[in-house]
Amino acid sequence: MIDIDKWQEIYLTIKQHKVRTGLTAFGVFWGIFMLVALLGAGKGLERGVMNGFGDVTNVVFFWVGNASQLPYKGLSKGRTIHYTDDDIEAIRSRIKDIDLVKDLNGLGNYGSAQYIVRGEKSGSFSVRGSHENMAPMHQVRVIKGRYINKRDIDDKRKIAIIGTRVEELLFEQNEDPIGKSLNIYGVHFQVVGVVKPRSSGDNAQRDAEVIFIPNSTLRYAFNQTDTVGTIVLRPKHGVHANIVQPQVEKLLMERHKIHPSDAGVVSSFNLQEQYDKVQGLFTGITFFSWLVAIGTIMAGAIGVGNIMLIVVKERTREIGLRKALGATPISIVVMIVQESVVLTTVAGYIGLFLGVLLLESVTMLMEKMGMGDGIFSKPEIDFGTAMVAVIVLVISGILAAALPAAKAAGVDPILALQDE
Amino acid sequence: MIELKAIHKSYSTGQQQVHVLKGVDMFVAEGELVSIMGSSGSGKSTLLNIIGILDHYDSGHYRLAGTPINGLTERKAAYLRNRMIGFIFQAFNLLPFKNAMENVALPLYYMKVGRKERNRRAMEYLEMLNLTDRWNHMPNELSGGQKQRVAIARALVTQPKVILADEPTGALDSVTSQEIVEVLKNIHDLGNTIIVVTHEHEIAEQTQRQIILHDGLISSNEVDADILPIRA
Repeated sequence: MIDIDKWQEIYLTIKQHKVRTGLTAFGVFWGIFMLVALLGAGKGLERGVMNGFGDVTNVVFFWVGNASQLPYKGLSKGRTIHYTDDDIEAIRSRIKDIDLVKDLNGLGNYGSAQYIVRGEKSGSFSVRGSHENMAPMHQVRVIKGRYINKRDIDDKRKIAIIGTRVEELLFEQNEDPIGKSLNIYGVHFQVVGVVKPRSSGDNAQRDAEVIFIPNSTLRYAFNQTDTVGTIVLRPKHGVHANIVQPQVEKLLMERHKIHPSDAGVVSSFNLQEQYDKVQGLFTGITFFSWLVAIGTIMAGAIGVGNIMLIVVKERTREIGLRKALGATPISIVVMIVQESVVLTTVAGYIGLFLGVLLLESVTMLMEKMGMGDGIFSKPEIDFGTAMVAVIVLVISGILAAALPAAKAAGVDPILALQDE
Repeated sequence: MIELKAIHKSYSTGQQQVHVLKGVDMFVAEGELVSIMGSSGSGKSTLLNIIGILDHYDSGHYRLAGTPINGLTERKAAYLRNRMIGFIFQAFNLLPFKNAMENVALPLYYMKVGRKERNRRAMEYLEMLNLTDRWNHMPNELSGGQKQRVAIARALVTQPKVILADEPTGALDSVTSQEIVEVLKNIHDLGNTIIVVTHEHEIAEQTQRQIILHDGLISSNEVDADILPIRA
């Protein structure tokens, strides 16, 4: 491979047929370019959507849905249940594989807004209880101050963490909200932190118009000590939420004497299930991208093979002469294969380069325009994938040359050198 | 140098079996300049191909410089061709995208001679054929005679045992033809063994010996005594 003459030969033949070589190489170039663009775009979409999940992908939420629809154990239908701290205790003690189980309450119905006043300013925001370390679970991240800690919960401190939209509406532009006070239904809370939604998707607006206060404070101050609005739980590391969810559901239904087939009373949301579905989708997208791209590369390689066949035909006389002068069949095969591999590799490398350049420019443009957190984020192709693409290229170059090379090696110098 | 004994060769074209060489006996000594003559279809091309190890023969014996040439693999044949035989063709067969020096150096490439050494030796032979100033010309920038001289340099560059010239003047006018014959005679004087296939009597008459092939057999193999004093 370090033989300079072979490279010169290849360079000379390619130079002789610039247009033909260029058009052929374009097929391979386009294949790789498509592969990089498709995989990169797929990765960007995946990253954007997965970002929406945040770091927490395996929690399950339980809340009370309908009133009961079926009579059970002597109790009539149409019963409304509510969860209590006893339910949480029962889950904690009876269900294994649970890492965390907590109560979550809110003011009003879930997602409804409360009218909050601060001096001259006011707005409608959703007020929700939370616990220490739960910011990721709420799909938010702290950008100023701090989040709720254990002491806040234990001491039922009257502190609040506000969303960015709350900060915008209730505070002056250059005002630092930390340490300031808010009035929520006549109770004063001190702001200790500001949080920003993780994603910029549909939920972002809602997640920015939120005020988090310690759940213990919420329940104590707003008369919900005997009720738990939502139970959130997280399985132990390595345990799928799908294993835990039915156990907890059964337990809750038994405890509240709900008929086993009365669905819709104990409602739940399993985040991990959603996560798996989305991941499955992206596996499909990646597979499809490869399928399309390999197809294109193969079409390109077949094009190269075709051209090499023509090249061999055109160069029959030259090959015959070389054989007469002492070229072995192997050296002829090497010549043709090398030319094909060089053609596909160079074309493919340019495709790879321009594809990566495209992805990088899109990423840079998106960062400049501040679109990094959307549903489509930072398209990228990893090094391993790029290497696989290069190997695919080299192999397709060799395969493309196999038939023409065999033909070239079989050239009979006597026939090739006969005068026309 | 060349010993052929009872060489038979036949081709099958479809149903028909064509017996081209019907027991050729031929001997060429080292340093000889001989011509092979014959009408078309006499089998002279086939004979030349066999001598040049481009073709197999069906039966008989062939020894080239003491080496029996029989049942060789393509690889081995290529090796022997490269080292023992220099070809000169009617159509020159220079590679159009290589300059004169590179064309001359090509057989050395297959001999695995290093690039610098190749070019040095190629220049040596170009000088011998008075083409030094043309070394970087492409074949299409050379006249017919110059092209054939480049081809002769290419045939000589590996210092082969025998030089086979197949109608070397066939594509040239009479003046240039004579010029090429003079070149061949000169390199013969340097001790090379040369076999010229031709159908032109003027050319054949200037060789030491004419071998006349007729219908697959050698009909005349006389040393032309008259030619010897001319050479001397």
